[in-house]
Amino acid sequence: MKLPRWFHRFGSPPYVYALAGTLGPWIGGIAVVLIAAGTFGGLVLAPPDYLQGDSFRIIYIHVPSAYISMMAYVILAVAAAIGFIWHLKLAHAVAVSIAPIGASFTFLALATGAIWGKPTWGTFWQWTDPRMMFELLLLFLYLGYMALRAAFEDRDKADRVSAILGVVGVVNVPIIHYSVIWWNSLHQGPTISRLDGPTITMDMLAPLLIMIVGFTFCFAWLLLSRLQGEIVEREYAARWLRELVGESR
Amino acid sequence: MVDIFLTIMGRDLKLAYRRWSEFANPLLFFVIVASLFPLALSPGQALLQSIGTGVLWVAALLSSLLALEGLFRGDFEDGSMEQILLSPAPFGTVVIAKIAAHWIVSGIPLIVLVPVVALSFQLPGEALATLAAALLLATPTLSVLSAIGAALTVSLKSGGSIIGLLILPLCSPMLIFGTRATDMAANGEPVAAPLYLLAALAVFAISLGPLAVAAALRVGLE
Amino acid sequence: MSSFLQMGGYAAYVWPAYGITLLVLVLNIWSARRDHRRKLDRVRLSASREETSKRPTVRRLG
Repeated sequence: MKLPRWFHRFGSPPYVYALAGTLGPWIGGIAVVLIAAGTFGGLVLAPPDYLQGDSFRIIYIHVPSAYISMMAYVILAVAAAIGFIWHLKLAHAVAVSIAPIGASFTFLALATGAIWGKPTWGTFWQWTDPRMMFELLLLFLYLGYMALRAAFEDRDKADRVSAILGVVGVVNVPIIHYSVIWWNSLHQGPTISRLDGPTITMDMLAPLLIMIVGFTFCFAWLLLSRLQGEIVEREYAARWLRELVGESR
Repeated sequence: MVDIFLTIMGRDLKLAYRRWSEFANPLLFFVIVASLFPLALSPGQALLQSIGTGVLWVAALLSSLLALEGLFRGDFEDGSMEQILLSPAPFGTVVIAKIAAHWIVSGIPLIVLVPVVALSFQLPGEALATLAAALLLATPTLSVLSAIGAALTVSLKSGGSIIGLLILPLCSPMLIFGTRATDMAANGEPVAAPLYLLAALAVFAISLGPLAVAAALRVGLE
Repeated sequence: MSSFLQMGGYAAYVWPAYGITLLVLVLNIWSARRDHRRKLDRVRLSASREETSKRPTVRRLG
């Protein structure tokens, strides 16, 4: 299979480096504005939940974090697969850059979920909650990916081996997800699902959607930023980088 | 292709027979871990009975980690893996044969041993048959996942510590269905659903897993 | 304002959750930028080293 012609520009490190440098601040600015607006809407404008009171406001950071944590893993695996199949070094650089970001969003989803769990379930950690369990396993997948990369000295080999792990992982993610839900459905415990309840009103929903978009922009900003660093490391001896550094001095 | 499959499998089985202790040690480890649990818990038959299934499955899973580093390591270090890759033999068939051999020497003993140890945890008779059936369906998946972990780390000097981190999260669906099947049988509930799901996992792992193993071995040999 | 800060009695949960989110996001940005800057510095250093090692040869020829 051949890649379309425009795609090849994304195989050129100087082009992508410059593009990331130009886009980064804009995307970052949008992210800050959206997250600020979403936080204001979520903390001030949205009415308290009839059942959970004001503790439900944690939803505005918990759900976007969980969403990013899963989306990031899929993007990581797709980038790694592209890098593996078409020998695109930059795709590998994208995959490497995503791993720590994705892991930190997974951690956030777990941390905010645990804090939310205390007033809702009466305990910080509920082992029978399928979503928390899934996030925990996802965190292990991220950490395994990073540990495998760190174990290799040769970057090229680390790229290719970790790409295989990423693809194996992403194939398993839905299986793990549904098996954990199946596992939970057998426990007849008093599980109050935190997202159930009567239809969510617009003034509650709008900040959530804004936050999800804001977190997505924030993720893109972080990715571009890390990608720039990763490109510099990989292109250490390249002439264009030397010239760039010389100019900026 | 069948010839190659049988040749490679026969060779691996012969090698395993010569180094039998490498495959006996994990089984011993399993028995020891399973017998440490009653010591670590307050004496009481009811508690043991309720957690027995989980203990047995987790112990079996952990013990299987011990033998898997040698899955490709020997062939990799003495250069025979490279010879096999260069030979006209289809590499995928070779990989499947090696996984099958690994299942025979490490999976089948577990299928026999775990229900025997389960007897001591007072599992009811009908649950024992289900346990054996669940193990029969789960161990091929376990062998494939082990092979993936072993292949990914084959070119590392010490891959042992990292393999568990890589494959244990992937084992979680298998663990869920396996323990649930055993528990449901002990409670006299129908066990078809978890067993079908285990079978589905096995089919999925056997059909796609070897591709990942072969790809990882090729990268390791570069 | 104080009722806003109290969060209907859930202040002990809501504010730490938002605080940790802010902390993680800011740390992420900060570490990505520091990482980028350090790597650029390393390139700059090795580029300037090569230049200084070239200079004496040029002088000798001159």
